Amino acid sequence: MKRLLLCAAALLSGTAFADTIAITGGTVAIGDGSQPIPNGVVVIRDGRVVAAGANVAVPTGARVVDASGKWVVAGIVAGATSEGIVDGEGIDETYDGAAGKSVFNAAIDVSTAINPTNQSIAVDRTWGVTRAFVFPEANNSVFAGQGAVIDTGADDTPVTRARAFQYAELGEDGASHIGSRPASYVMLHDALAAAKSRGGDSKDALITRADAAALLPVVDGRMPLVVHVERASDILQVLSLKQTYPNLKLVLLGVSEGWMVAPRIAAAHVPVIAAALADLPEAFERTAATESNVGRMEKAGVTVAISTVDVATEAGQRNLRQYAGNLVGISRVPGMTGLDWGAAFATVTSGPAAVLGLDGEIGSLRPGRRADVVIWDGDPLELSSAPVAVWIDGVAQPMTSRQTRLRDRYLNPQEGVLPKAYER
Amino acid sequence: MSNKLVWLATALALAGCTQVPPRSASATSHDERVVEPWTTDPFPSTYHAYPGVPTLITNVTIYDGEGGRIDGGQILLADGKVAALGKNVNAPAGAAVIDGTGKWVTPGVIDVHSHLGVYPSPSVKALSDGNEATAPTTPEVWAEHSVWPQDPGFSRALANGGVTAMQILPGSANLMGGRSVVLKNVYARTTQGMKFPGAAYGLKMACGENPKRVYGAKGREPSTRMGNIAVDRETWQRAVEYKRRWDKYEKEGGDPPARDLGMDTLAGVLDGKILVHNHCYRADEMANVIDMSKEFGYHVTAFHHGVEAYKIADLLKANNICAVVWADWYGFKMESYDGIPENLAILQKTGTCAMIHSDDENGIQRLNQEVAKAQAAGRRAGIMIPDEVAWEWLSYNPARALGIADRTGSLRPGKMADVVLWNGNPLSVYSRPDKVWIDGALLYDAHDPKRRPVSDFELGQPGEGDVK
Repeated sequence: MKRLLLCAAALLSGTAFADTIAITGGTVAIGDGSQPIPNGVVVIRDGRVVAAGANVAVPTGARVVDASGKWVVAGIVAGATSEGIVDGEGIDETYDGAAGKSVFNAAIDVSTAINPTNQSIAVDRTWGVTRAFVFPEANNSVFAGQGAVIDTGADDTPVTRARAFQYAELGEDGASHIGSRPASYVMLHDALAAAKSRGGDSKDALITRADAAALLPVVDGRMPLVVHVERASDILQVLSLKQTYPNLKLVLLGVSEGWMVAPRIAAAHVPVIAAALADLPEAFERTAATESNVGRMEKAGVTVAISTVDVATEAGQRNLRQYAGNLVGISRVPGMTGLDWGAAFATVTSGPAAVLGLDGEIGSLRPGRRADVVIWDGDPLELSSAPVAVWIDGVAQPMTSRQTRLRDRYLNPQEGVLPKAYER
Repeated sequence: MSNKLVWLATALALAGCTQVPPRSASATSHDERVVEPWTTDPFPSTYHAYPGVPTLITNVTIYDGEGGRIDGGQILLADGKVAALGKNVNAPAGAAVIDGTGKWVTPGVIDVHSHLGVYPSPSVKALSDGNEATAPTTPEVWAEHSVWPQDPGFSRALANGGVTAMQILPGSANLMGGRSVVLKNVYARTTQGMKFPGAAYGLKMACGENPKRVYGAKGREPSTRMGNIAVDRETWQRAVEYKRRWDKYEKEGGDPPARDLGMDTLAGVLDGKILVHNHCYRADEMANVIDMSKEFGYHVTAFHHGVEAYKIADLLKANNICAVVWADWYGFKMESYDGIPENLAILQKTGTCAMIHSDDENGIQRLNQEVAKAQAAGRRAGIMIPDEVAWEWLSYNPARALGIADRTGSLRPGKMADVVLWNGNPLSVYSRPDKVWIDGALLYDAHDPKRRPVSDFELGQPGEGDVK
């Protein structure tokens, strides 16, 4: 049945994989920080972007999709999610993010759990979210495990990159798992030392061989280490890890107080996946939180993506574009620091991709990138807009989900000649 | 000393209660009669409006909150009230004049479901005061006794969200969580200083997963949905009997019944003086609650979090019950699995009283944006709702659900000047409040850092007084 649906989607799109598609007449937003281009053309072929912009010729033989009056933009990359590893945040039985009583931590690989038929993937796909970074959750260690990069396509190959990063908690959350911030650092150093000694040769290592092995690419700088911290002093503490481990490829997550130390983050060339709009002292480690955080960091030269960390995730990842729109909006408020449109859109497209060093592969409509293209019926950051077509890896996607099916069933709530269960 | 205070408070409460029903001549003499305890007001509002200046806003787009729209209009605020609005308004000499070109004026946003103050920032155990999760029914607790008036969240709701009033509710761990309180979004040293004068109390009730999870985990009833309804019904039955004893006493005199604070709240509901705000996600559970309310003779004012309200919009309408919903939250627990973005629009199409709510210290800062999404979802489903009508979800319908629509929630002359000037179309993601007035007092001005409140908690902390 599922396979039938997927086939139907392919038929609808009319694509053989090798087709060349030219999407014309729309406002094109490439996602690389540049401003929208009116009346642009986007050409995709073999699952990749060939060209996008103002003076792009339509190749002979290309199937032309008219997007006049619409926007043709890069798919959204969700920077910190549980996409595909839970069917509902409060539905514990379905959750593969937390490892419970497992003795393993850093070795955990969430890519083994991605369920591409998960409803939140389907919903977010219809809202133009085409890639997501999937995070495990820390349990009994500062290390949560290895996160994955996935696509949201309606197919059975969701994983773009398994073991794309290691995730660690070194702020208040970490301290709550381990006991205290200093205890977290002891654990971190102990684990990395075990990793350096090639998988826990040392007999007194407290971590498993598998965990130590998983941390070796982190120490070597082959795998990014994403660290969740919020407080300015915690950020500086994490940045100083580079003195001990010079090859570490650090990424900071959350970073509500990043604006206070933004020049230091920029100087360390450490990219950030920020809390999009956190502006409340919801924890003591976020006392200085402000919506201007992202704008101020960007101004200081930090590579910034945004995420749903520290804000409500109950609507899924589809509201990332709303948060990016707010960052444009606050530019008009006296004293606030926001972003221009291109920079704001980049925080949910090429920004997150760049944070993991994947911006050559995903996150924009620059030539050669995977063809994750979304046609919106208006400005994608504006609340009135919605996608009308989505391609992932050049494959047209279904624009239905369980939500659209429920809508269609209950648009008229009253039962007809048969119960609602017969209407579909 | 403390006894004297209690006595004084009781005397004041009695003195303030002029609506006592007449008694029969055979009853105990009038003066000695104890009034029905749920009609008293032992924690009265001490809110007062701050001074304002007569203010005329010109060349502005106005949504009046009741579906009306004036393009290129004018509105005059004076003496704390909406004085006049229209294409041209006569302003007194000396009135402050604000050019509203390119801007919008709306009634202040009212959030009917907030936990600011009872679950404040910072979110630490010491300030976690929203759920008295020690018994499944705690109608005796009052949210106002948990509200921390220094919650920094009030300022964000004001400055970023244009929120001028809100209902603070107990949490949903309990079937009957306690009384709510309606606040003006004006900082005060005490919670009484924020209380909306004369607003009715609400009773927070909860269906579904939360009560059965919390008490099931403690190994006690309710651990199932049938347990939820059973405990509710047993409690309502006690309330009916309690009220009957008071009614008998009111009629026949004798010794006043023993007072029960929890039963006072429920008797207040049965008496129509306290409004029921029932957390309830699923359509079938709302239907069960409706039947239960009829069995015991009370009315549900609103179902909150009704993610499945769209499935029974007709039933809600027939029973005169409002649906209080999010724009697009869904799937964060089993009972929210069927949430759809068209919920509000389908309710509107059906003619059901509906409104937005936040239940969230971040969401309360963007309720206008939530409405914009819900409106757009409706449009794509063929349900056309003009901007000025969609605004009813943000101010007038919430005011109706709180019983304060005669005083606020729309821009009718004589109503409280609870007003937001937006720096652009308020249903656009790019717009923010430019100025906010509450009872005619300018309490937020994006152009004046001195008109941006800073709670005690934030004084002397990193980021004090920053734009937020």
